[in-house]
Amino acid sequence: MPVESYLGVPLHRPKVAFFEFTACEGCQLQILNNEATLLDFLSLVDVVTFREAMSERSDDFEIAFVEGSITRADEVKRLKDIRKKAKVLVAMGSCACFGGVNQLKNRFNDPKWVKEQVYGKFPVESEEARPLEDIVTVDLKIYGCPIKKEEVEKIVTNLVLGKSVNHPKYPVCMECMANENICLYKLGEPCLGPVTRAGCDAWCPGSRFGCWGCRGPADAANVDQIISIMEEHNFSADTIIDRLECFGGFKAFAEELKKKTAKSKTKKKRAGK
Amino acid sequence: MIFRIIKKLELKELFDVMAENRIIGPVQKGTSHEGKPLYAFEPVLDFNDLKLDYTTTTRPAKRYFLPSHETLCTFSIHENGWDKSVDFNIREPHVFFGMHACDINALDKLDKVLLESNFPTPYYAAKRKNMFIIGVECNPQPFCFCRSMGTDSASHGFDMFLTDLGDRYFVEVQSAAAFNFLKNIKTREPEEKDHTRYMKVIAEKNRKFTTAVDTTDLAKILDMEFQSDVWKYWGDKCLSCGTCASVCPTCYCYGVEEAVDIDLKGAKKKKHLYSCNLIDFAEVAGGHNFRPESHSRLKYRYYHKHRGFMEEFEESLCVGCGRCSEACLAKITVPEVIASVRSGVKPKGRPGRHGK
Repeated sequence: MPVESYLGVPLHRPKVAFFEFTACEGCQLQILNNEATLLDFLSLVDVVTFREAMSERSDDFEIAFVEGSITRADEVKRLKDIRKKAKVLVAMGSCACFGGVNQLKNRFNDPKWVKEQVYGKFPVESEEARPLEDIVTVDLKIYGCPIKKEEVEKIVTNLVLGKSVNHPKYPVCMECMANENICLYKLGEPCLGPVTRAGCDAWCPGSRFGCWGCRGPADAANVDQIISIMEEHNFSADTIIDRLECFGGFKAFAEELKKKTAKSKTKKKRAGK
Repeated sequence: MIFRIIKKLELKELFDVMAENRIIGPVQKGTSHEGKPLYAFEPVLDFNDLKLDYTTTTRPAKRYFLPSHETLCTFSIHENGWDKSVDFNIREPHVFFGMHACDINALDKLDKVLLESNFPTPYYAAKRKNMFIIGVECNPQPFCFCRSMGTDSASHGFDMFLTDLGDRYFVEVQSAAAFNFLKNIKTREPEEKDHTRYMKVIAEKNRKFTTAVDTTDLAKILDMEFQSDVWKYWGDKCLSCGTCASVCPTCYCYGVEEAVDIDLKGAKKKKHLYSCNLIDFAEVAGGHNFRPESHSRLKYRYYHKHRGFMEEFEESLCVGCGRCSEACLAKITVPEVIASVRSGVKPKGRPGRHGK
C-alpha cells in the first residue's frame, strides 16, 4: 500500500522510470534484487517504466533513473528525449556517471581496429563511450559498479521525504577501517580506497580485493600522492594506470600518468643508446 | 597496592576462571606481505589463541567501547505519534586480557572527556563500567614513543597488570574484583628476588625505546608555529582519508545522522566516529568550510592532541602508541611532524617521495 503521509505531512509519490543505455543492466537488477524491501520501495514510488521488471510503459514520469554510457547516435537522441520529459534525471552507476568499464575502449588510438576486433565485419555502430553528463544535465549521481541497493533506498527515501541527498565526501578508507579490515597495502595489494568516494561500505577491500575506484574520486582525493605510494610499493606504471582508468572516474589522472610514463620510457631509450 | 606472583602455567587457569565472561584479547589476525604478524583485539575462546607477547595491534580496542558506528536511539512511528527507544548497546561485560599501558592510558584520557566532563556520554559509560582490564607489560617497537608522552606505564585504569618475569608473572592487583578472581588460582606473595627481577625486566624494556618526541613546551611552540610552512609540507602529503583517527585509541570526534526507514514506519539516530582530516569535518550549515585545505585540517588534529587537550586537562591526548604513523600510507609520523614544527625545517625530499 502506498504511504500517504509521514508524521502527518502528506507525501507525494513520484512517478519514476528506469532506462538503460550501453550497460550490463546490473544496476537495475540491484534494485530488484532486494526482495526484503522491494515492496516498501514500490510503495514509496510509482514505477511507470522499468523494462527489466514489467511490460507496461509510460512517458509520463518525474524522475528518470538512467543506467549506462552513451555509445551511439540514437542513444544521444533518446537520452535528450528522456531529459526533456524528466524533472529529475539520475545517473545510476559507473557507466552513467563516468562511462564505466565501457569507456576502456576509448584508450585505444584506433577505434576502427577496436570495432573489428570485437564485432568483426558485422555492421555495428559504436562510437566512443561517454558519460551522461557529456550530453545532458545530470541532477543526481548514484555511484558504484554496481550501485549499492542500501544506498539507493536511502537516496529514494530522502527524495520522497524532501530531505537532501548527501554522498560521503570522504574516501573508502573510513568504511574499510570501520569494518576492521586489514589494510590491503599491508598485504601487498594495490588499492584505490584512499582516494575513491565511500558509500560502498568498502565492499571490495572487505573481501581482500583492492579498490578499483568504481565510485570515482572522493572530494579531497590526493591522487598524485596515492600514485607515489603505489610506486613506492613497487607496483608498475601499468598496474597503476589499469586501476585508474578502469571505470573512468580517474580518467584525467590516468591520462596524465600515461603521458609521463611514455616520456620517461623515451628518455630511458635515449639514455640506453 | 597489592602484588602477587603467579606461575606462567597458572595463567591459563585464570583465563578459564574468567572465561564465563566475554574475553577480548590480542590474537594474530593475519600476516603482512613482509612476513610480520598482524595483531588485533578479538574475542578469544581458547587461551592458546591469546598472544600476550604481541608487538602492538594495528587497531586499538576502541570498537568495544567507542564503536565506529552506533545507533543512539530508534523511533517508531504510529497513528497517534511516535515513540523513542534508547539502547546503550552493551549486552555483557567485557574482559580485556592483555592490554598495553598505552591503551590503558588512552582509556583514562577518554574517561576525562566522556565520563568526567559536564556532559558524560551514557553510551560510553555503560560499556566502560562493564569492563575488566588485565594489563600486560609491552615490548617497545621502533614506532613507539609512549615514553615521551608519559604513558609507558599505567598507574590506574586497570584491574590487574602482568609483567612477564620469565617463568612467572608479577601481578599488580588494583581492584576487589581482580583480588577475588585471583583467589581461584594459586598465587604467592612476592619476595625480594621477584622485586629485583621485576626492576631488571622494566629497565630492559626501557632500553628498547628508540623513538622520542621532545614535548618540552610543546603547547606553547605549537601556538608560536601556527603559520609555519611546515604544515603545508605535511598537508600536501596527507590523503585526507581519516585512517589516523580510525586507528587512534583516543580519537573520539563523531557525527550524528538521522535516517528514516524505507517503510517510513520508523527512524534511527546514528552516530559515526569521524576524523578531523576529512574534507567536510569543519563544514557548517550553508556549506561554508572552515578548513578546506588539507594542511589546516592536519594541523588542527595536532592542535587538539598536543595543545587543546593540554590546556584543558594538563596532559596530551596522544599516548604515543604510534599506530597512526604505522597506518599512514603517506608516512606522516607524529615524531617527524613535531620535530619539523619545532625546528621549522621540512624533512628532506619532496612531498610524496618520503625522503627519497
